Amino acid sequence: MSYMNKNIEEIHEALINKKVTSDKLVKESLKKSHEVQDKYNAFVTILDNQNGGKVTDDLLSGIPFGIKDNYSTKGILSTGSSNTLKNYIPIFNATAVENLYKHGAIPVNKTVLDEFGMGGTGTTGHTGIVHNPWDSTRMTAGSSAGSACAVAAGVYPYALGSDTGDSIRKPAAYCGIVGYKPTYGMISRYGLFPFASSLDTCGVLTRSVKDAAIVTDAMKGIDSKDMTSWDSSNIHLASDLTSDVKGKKLFYIKEIVDKKNYPHMTKELENHLDNFMEVVEKCKSLGMSVEEVSFPKDVLEALPSTYVVISCAEATSNLSNLTGFSFGPRAEGKSWQEELKNFRTTGFSPLIKRRFVIGSYVLQAENQDRYFKNAQRVRRLIVDLMKDAFKKYDALILPVGTGPAKKLETDEQVNTDETAILDEHLQIGNFGGFPSITIPDGFVSDLPVGVNITGNCYDDQDVLNIAYALESAMDYKNQIAKEMK
Amino acid sequence: MSSYYVTIGLETHVEISNTKSKVFSNAVNGFTDKPNVNVSPVDMGFPGILPTVNKECVRMSLMMASILHSRIPYYLYFERKNYYYPDLPKGYQITQNPPEETIGNGGYLDIRRSDGSTFRVEIDNFHLEEDAAKLTHLYDHSTINYNRAGVPLLELVTTPSIHSVDDAITYLEYLRAIYQYCGISDADSRKGEVRCDVNVSISPDKDKLGTKVEVKNVNSFSNVRETINYEIQRQTELWDAGREAEIEQETRRFDEATGTTIHMRSKVDAIDYKYFVEPNIPKIKIDKDWVKEIQKSIPELPYERMDKYTKEYNLSEYDANIIIKDIKTSNYFNECISLGIDPKTAANWINTQILGVVNDSNNDIEIDTINVTPKRLFEITDALKTNKISSKQAKEVFKLVLDEDLDPDVIMKEHDIVQMNDDSELESLVKELLDNSTEQIADYKSGHTNLFGYFVGQIMKQTKGKANPVKLREILTDELNKR
Repeated sequence: MSYMNKNIEEIHEALINKKVTSDKLVKESLKKSHEVQDKYNAFVTILDNQNGGKVTDDLLSGIPFGIKDNYSTKGILSTGSSNTLKNYIPIFNATAVENLYKHGAIPVNKTVLDEFGMGGTGTTGHTGIVHNPWDSTRMTAGSSAGSACAVAAGVYPYALGSDTGDSIRKPAAYCGIVGYKPTYGMISRYGLFPFASSLDTCGVLTRSVKDAAIVTDAMKGIDSKDMTSWDSSNIHLASDLTSDVKGKKLFYIKEIVDKKNYPHMTKELENHLDNFMEVVEKCKSLGMSVEEVSFPKDVLEALPSTYVVISCAEATSNLSNLTGFSFGPRAEGKSWQEELKNFRTTGFSPLIKRRFVIGSYVLQAENQDRYFKNAQRVRRLIVDLMKDAFKKYDALILPVGTGPAKKLETDEQVNTDETAILDEHLQIGNFGGFPSITIPDGFVSDLPVGVNITGNCYDDQDVLNIAYALESAMDYKNQIAKEMK
Repeated sequence: MSSYYVTIGLETHVEISNTKSKVFSNAVNGFTDKPNVNVSPVDMGFPGILPTVNKECVRMSLMMASILHSRIPYYLYFERKNYYYPDLPKGYQITQNPPEETIGNGGYLDIRRSDGSTFRVEIDNFHLEEDAAKLTHLYDHSTINYNRAGVPLLELVTTPSIHSVDDAITYLEYLRAIYQYCGISDADSRKGEVRCDVNVSISPDKDKLGTKVEVKNVNSFSNVRETINYEIQRQTELWDAGREAEIEQETRRFDEATGTTIHMRSKVDAIDYKYFVEPNIPKIKIDKDWVKEIQKSIPELPYERMDKYTKEYNLSEYDANIIIKDIKTSNYFNECISLGIDPKTAANWINTQILGVVNDSNNDIEIDTINVTPKRLFEITDALKTNKISSKQAKEVFKLVLDEDLDPDVIMKEHDIVQMNDDSELESLVKELLDNSTEQIADYKSGHTNLFGYFVGQIMKQTKGKANPVKLREILTDELNKR
């Protein structure tokens, strides 16, 4: 009998009724971890010596989970999937992890990410490429690649992720699971290795909306160590979850969904968009209204570069602590300058270094207004557009990406300029700090695709309720990845 | 002295020493000789750490901004100053920028010179930031002490509005006094709590500033004085030789060994710090009522005490100025007054005896822990006032109290220090001496009046210094006249 493919409430019930012990769950999860590691390379560390824990009334007690390797875990290797931290064992826990420990949750592994979260492919971690459990020739997307892969493969019911542009919500879609990024500051970022602090959000990957609510309830809370965290003690996501969403008003952005924008679209994209329109109809059948809203195309087109400028600028500063002086493998050199240079030159992958160069460039005094400050202006513009829309609508609904997971290696020529907005629009959620959730909404080419729902700040409950109702109206809840070939 | 018009601007970094924790972390803010003990992950710049603003530091900054007559902004926020250096664990310093958005913008301080005249120092800006770790360079390696990383630092930048080295030092001394009086910092340069960047330019034309030269990290007021003097001399020589074009806008450093300044970098090599808003600290609205409350709580400042001393206690400006310079001295003086010591007497004792001991670098006696407490000083001065001891004996008692840490009455008893005040006893001693000194009396009468001292000395010797010297002189004069 396996339990790790079930949802949290089912596993909890089995524990309470003594059908299974926490020790057995941990053993099952560790065994699956090794299978998944062999096939898909999802983990940096597997905690083979982990034991089960005490089972209490707490839903998460005694149940295994995974932690993205950019969360600081006391006494457990935490690499950020980077060579610069390949030996780094922190002396403190991230608040989010600490909160889960308090609920009795049992960590079983640390999952691979794109180096420091800076990537969307799951291919740039220092331990190698993470493969998609539905089709190992495809990517999981990133950066929460290992977490998405493991949850989809049934290693445990949930794993922690972090989301700066779409790092939870994109891999969730590619792996056919749920990815939830709550409102900025709902979960403390203390102990999350930073990528871009104004965009970084802790969150979770699960196989059902309810599980996402349960885990977030346990992770969230105001933290004296994070000044951007806020008091959400009056929010009880799981217990207030309802599929009664009659009268909720949704909108989608015409410039993103309309097929006319993609004259060179692939068959997969066409199916994906058709599928999305069917989901829209499902929403209507649930008693919600869905309207088409037009956003200025120039603002939308500026999204990807705005994101690059802001995230690279913050990243280049955030990762300046990595010098090898006070932690990390110290590099050789004749002077401290040489040691520092050698450490950073050999430690970071070329992709990251490219981002540092961009970040430094846009922050330079002579460039700052033209790039960094302008990006801030565009950010405000897009957030204002969204805030205006939220005066009328409860949430934004959009398809995730251009279809199913992309091939790791491909000869296919795709016009990426045309579909850039479709690929990048989830960044809107980070610009505004909006709560945003991706759930699976069907299959294209036998591979899962996802739909995203994004609401106004602090309206997490509404966003989850809409996703919960929609999830119930479809057949993709609790699905486990199975390789078709 | 330079014949050129001198202009000086000062950037003063003062560590806040009187908060429990550091400015952006909960590590202890305290000076200790033991390295790397007052450290949290935040101070080490470990991955995932976040800053949190210490409200007490903000309160102190607002108090100081108010004293400086600066404009206080509606919102408080911080920026990152990005650069690499081994003493900077995060790779950036959290500070405030631009100047017009800092916790104190503009403002001024009116400073009194010792001759009673005043001058105004204009403030460019005043801001709150964090200190870096401390690097110590040894023969073949360097050490990093993270105790200092994250210690709250207040930086005060003046405009180029100071025009002599003496004014610069007077300003710095007054500034230090304010920090001490407000309980913000001990501002002890021996602990590295005060550091200055000094900007100096000279010009033949009063209305046209010369090229500014910046000297970084000057760590004591005496070094500030040396730096300014050296720069004035160096620049004067260049101007005198018609080579003023060689004065470039540059950053130099003070070399303590030679007392000179040495080129570090030119303006063209200036570092681009890539400032941007610290995203982990939300903008904080500064509550106006809170500011008012802070302004009401500003304690009595040095010049207020000085006015009280000169007007109520009739001290000279000179004496008052010495006493107010250091709050501990001023507190000591105030305690003396409240115990009933005459203000002038107290001032004399403090400015000569007490500070003589405290300023003596051969010991580490501080005025707030000196064995001669105000109460003991009161007992000494009271014994002197009531003629129990002579002023010479008083100094002796002072020295013994200082060394033995005992109350003056115990000292006087143990060492048998009392004054002989009995007229008849003194008279008989004097008569006895003169009866046996016929020769000396004859000499004295023939004009060798300095023999008077000889007679005094004999009696003092005989009484082991206990004879009341005033009375002794009276009686001796009388008796000599009689002979």
